[in-house]
Amino acid sequence: MDATLPILILAIPLGMFLVLGLAGCKMSHKLAGTLGCLGMGTTLVLAYYTAFTYFFSGSPEFVDAAGNRLQALIFNQTWLAFTDNLVIRLGFLLDPISAMMLVVITTISFMVHLYSMGYMRDHHGVYEHGFQRFYAFLSLFSFSMLGLVVATNIFQMYIFWELVGASSYLLIGFYYVKPSAVSASKKAFIVTRFADLGFLIGILILSYYTGTFNFTELTSAPVEGLAGVFQISESTAAGVKSVFESSATPVFMGASVLTWALVLIFMGGMGKSAMLPLHIWLPDAMEGPTPVSALIHAATMVVAGVYLVARLFPLYLMEVSALEFVTWVGALTALYAAIVACTQIDIKRVLAFSTISQIAFMMVSLGVARPEMHEGLGYMASMFHLFTHAMFKALLFLGAGALIHAIGSNDYTEMHGLRKYMPITHWTFLIGCLAIAGIIPFSGFFSKDEILSSCLGNSTVIYVWMSLVAGLTAFYMFRLYYLIFWWKEHKVHEGHHAPHDQPWTMSLPLIILAAISLVAGFIPFGKFVTWNGKSYDFMAHFDWSVAAVSLFVAVVAIAIATVMYRKENPLPEKMRAAMPGLWKWAHHRFYWDELYMFITHRIIFDGICRPIAWFDRHIIDGTMDAFATITNKASRAIKPLQSGQVQLYVWWYLLGALALGGITMLCLL
Amino acid sequence: MFSNILIWFVVIPLLMLAGLALCRDIKQIRAVAVAGSIALVGLSVKLLVDYLAIRAAGNTDPMLFTGSWTWFAPLHINLAIGVDGISVAMILLSAIIVFAGSFASWTIPQPKAFFLWLILLSTGVFGFFISIDLFTMFMFYEVALIPMYLLIGVWGSGRKEYSAMKLTLMLMGGSAFLMLGLIGIYYHSAPAGQSLTWNILEIVRNNSISHGWQCFLFPMTFVGFGVLGAMFPFHTWSPDGHASAPTAVSMLHAGVLMKLGGYGCFRVAIYLMPHAANELAWIFLVLTGISVVYGAFSACVQTDLKYINAYSSVSHCGLVLFAILMLNTTAMTGAIMQMLSHGLMTALFFALIGMIYGRTHTRDIRAMGGLMKIMPYLSVCYVIAGMASLGLPGLSGFVAEMTIFVGSFQHADVFHRTFTIVACCSIVITAVYILRVVGKLLFGPVQDKHHLELTDATWWERLSTVTLILCVAAIGCFPNFFSNLIRFTFSPDIFAVLGMN
Repeated sequence: MDATLPILILAIPLGMFLVLGLAGCKMSHKLAGTLGCLGMGTTLVLAYYTAFTYFFSGSPEFVDAAGNRLQALIFNQTWLAFTDNLVIRLGFLLDPISAMMLVVITTISFMVHLYSMGYMRDHHGVYEHGFQRFYAFLSLFSFSMLGLVVATNIFQMYIFWELVGASSYLLIGFYYVKPSAVSASKKAFIVTRFADLGFLIGILILSYYTGTFNFTELTSAPVEGLAGVFQISESTAAGVKSVFESSATPVFMGASVLTWALVLIFMGGMGKSAMLPLHIWLPDAMEGPTPVSALIHAATMVVAGVYLVARLFPLYLMEVSALEFVTWVGALTALYAAIVACTQIDIKRVLAFSTISQIAFMMVSLGVARPEMHEGLGYMASMFHLFTHAMFKALLFLGAGALIHAIGSNDYTEMHGLRKYMPITHWTFLIGCLAIAGIIPFSGFFSKDEILSSCLGNSTVIYVWMSLVAGLTAFYMFRLYYLIFWWKEHKVHEGHHAPHDQPWTMSLPLIILAAISLVAGFIPFGKFVTWNGKSYDFMAHFDWSVAAVSLFVAVVAIAIATVMYRKENPLPEKMRAAMPGLWKWAHHRFYWDELYMFITHRIIFDGICRPIAWFDRHIIDGTMDAFATITNKASRAIKPLQSGQVQLYVWWYLLGALALGGITMLCLL
Repeated sequence: MFSNILIWFVVIPLLMLAGLALCRDIKQIRAVAVAGSIALVGLSVKLLVDYLAIRAAGNTDPMLFTGSWTWFAPLHINLAIGVDGISVAMILLSAIIVFAGSFASWTIPQPKAFFLWLILLSTGVFGFFISIDLFTMFMFYEVALIPMYLLIGVWGSGRKEYSAMKLTLMLMGGSAFLMLGLIGIYYHSAPAGQSLTWNILEIVRNNSISHGWQCFLFPMTFVGFGVLGAMFPFHTWSPDGHASAPTAVSMLHAGVLMKLGGYGCFRVAIYLMPHAANELAWIFLVLTGISVVYGAFSACVQTDLKYINAYSSVSHCGLVLFAILMLNTTAMTGAIMQMLSHGLMTALFFALIGMIYGRTHTRDIRAMGGLMKIMPYLSVCYVIAGMASLGLPGLSGFVAEMTIFVGSFQHADVFHRTFTIVACCSIVITAVYILRVVGKLLFGPVQDKHHLELTDATWWERLSTVTLILCVAAIGCFPNFFSNLIRFTFSPDIFAVLGMN
């Protein structure tokens, strides 16, 4: 494939960022917004074309004779050479998951660009302050995220990983006058930075032992030319393993070096994907404008961790213990976030915890995937869920944005009974809820079902656990839905307009995303995205018994939510009173934030930084000052000797002469 | 003599001094300073181009543009000059910072005297980087240090006399060690019976410093230069000195002068005494490893903008020395890249702090807030500088740090691994203190109503900052150019001595 289009996919958003960032303040708001949308629209077309070419052209570059999909390096430029082998390259890797991610990112990003044209202005049509800056940052983010998914080597991924984090920082802190937004952005950056430390060390370990950063060399058998099936061949696997085993310290603290590397790399993924215990930044990140939450903190950036594990999946397969770690982190996070989501009041926070929980589903799915079982179904299911989740969660967030825009508050207690006022929002939001709850035929049903099938294949405990979480998901989503749109009649405050649906720039993305959420489940994902490029049929691993059970669980959960929240009634209060401890802990998110505040402020700031600063000023610097003081004191002490009084000098002279004479005498005697 | 391009790096500042002496008003002074610094930038770019052309033609001499003129024959003192890729990079850095610094001191009081001392200082800096004769190198080193005393003592702020005295005395203390070390090297520079020399290249060729003497002279020279490189525990001149220094002096001092320390550690201590370096590196690795995290932690709780930056410099310069001591090509390349990166970035920081201080008359972050609304240009520059400091890809800090970490990780033993990981932790702590100051200073509500009337940057301030930002971005976006310039000049000889690659 010609490299022009892929280069343009990266260059257009970057160019937009530079243009809008440098010249944005000279432009009108409208021009800046239009430029941003046009740029992203062009990128969308190019990305679709590229993905289409990859999946359907059947060119030998992308598919081998047996029908296996291949990894294709479209271009790969040296960026920084550390040694002759360890070289950071910037390139464009096209394989099933990167092609799929291109589609996801550009779709959601374009929707958000369009939606923001309506969202980022008030009811009188006045644009928000910093509108141009907003579009500049959106372009920067799109560029970084696209660069991340097409990375050809793990260091390129790390570079864009950091850039994505920085653009997320800038967008969360978009309303920089608000102290809460500033501290949320700071928190997001520092927590993910801490996770990236693990990622970095993981990269260092991996590259030290294997001598390469390149994904193709790390995960696939060397094939002539640049392309190769990204299934790790037995000889490569044996080679990589023997490299680690023959190293100086094959085992470190009870785990092999390879396990350490993979777990540390996964730590980076835990940070970006908000896995327990590094999840605390994501709910706070909701301080950013809602379209940003939809794009970055629901659909694209937060799945980077899943993408990272998927990208290195053949390596993870070599160390099953690392995969089990992934599974259990995911399982715990999924349950934790689902419980917390049942008790939150801010609608964006409910969605944020729901995002955490759904990403954990993807992690679990990767963790349980084994090639010997359903041909690695979990991998495909994870990517499938990533795709469908991106669509319906972006839909839900944009819907929430429309509600917040109309009501002026994030709090559902201010909403209630909105279905009559905002029909478009209501129906699209309902579709989103049905999709996430996993009701047939909405897209979430299919992807979640395949995740559960692969869990069942691996371990019954995980299967039951995740089914339970799926039930909780249906429950809290419908709780949210009923509390926003039903519960009781909406009270219109005096002097205010009744809430109403939004302008077309905001409705259109909602409708498009709702349509996708409706039909995306029928995409035969197994044909396109599998862990080793071998296709299989849509229904090949579809298990009707699992489907029936999960459907039943979802319906029951929705029924409970309906009974509790459709009309105003005392049941929710009773529930709350029945388990006050659990409710309180869940409402306070199990006090993770307090724990972190304690660690950062009491231990790190008060316990480390302040003592060190004090030590520096008083001990180290004090010693240096003491040298000066001693010198000064000593010179003062001997100063009187030079008094200018001749009598004194004579006395000293005599004393000296006597002393010398005495010593001479003693020596002579 | 004047056909050698390198000599002009000393001649131009001397001509500028003469020009300044004749100036009558501020306009003429500015004209001389700007013309001179543009000439220096132009010359250093020409040097870079010529250097690359000669290297591309296949010349593999350790030093290019060499020349030697006898100065004092009985003691074998020559004016010997020559450059390799590292010196070229350092000269380029110095020229850019002198250029930016001239614009940053556009409205300084008593400009004539100020620029005289500033240019004298840069004469010393350039002379140091082109010298390959230990004696002249040391002389230029002292020429660069002394003006600092007056620049801080006269034009500084706060406790300026105290700071100026402290800085000068501590650096002089370092010089004493250094002097001792250099004379020691001189007396062992040649095998018995041959004439002694101060010339670095000849000393390397002679390779006649015995192992025992190396173990004595290495710490002398390393500590001597390490004081200027702000190595723990000899760094305390840095916070006070920077805090009191005027803008351009802080820029030049943190941007260039501290690099003299790192450069000297490499060029003299390690280059001439590789055996001792190999044996004793661990002591200094511990000290510099401490510097890296210690400086970063200290920076987290400071409230004065310049103190934050000074401690951040301790951390970043600690990383430079740390990487040099790793004794492999990759880490050392990273060290030089970090010098470039830190020089540009800190100069940018100090320029911005000076500009903000010039407006608000305070450097206490608790007394300021929401500056983004008031002076958006300066604030955006500050964010960019901060991002460079915390290692955002696309800016210079990232590539330098990554090269250092990858290089350091090539040592497989537990000691090096532990300290590498400790040094890696600095990327998180750096993020903490940078975002803390950015959040307090630039974002949030405006703290002081009087600040609302302040103005944004003037054209000379914009020119100064844009120059530095462009350079930071250039290194960050095209690192391979700089990396190769540096990497391929590490003489394989010393690594051969060490038995490493």
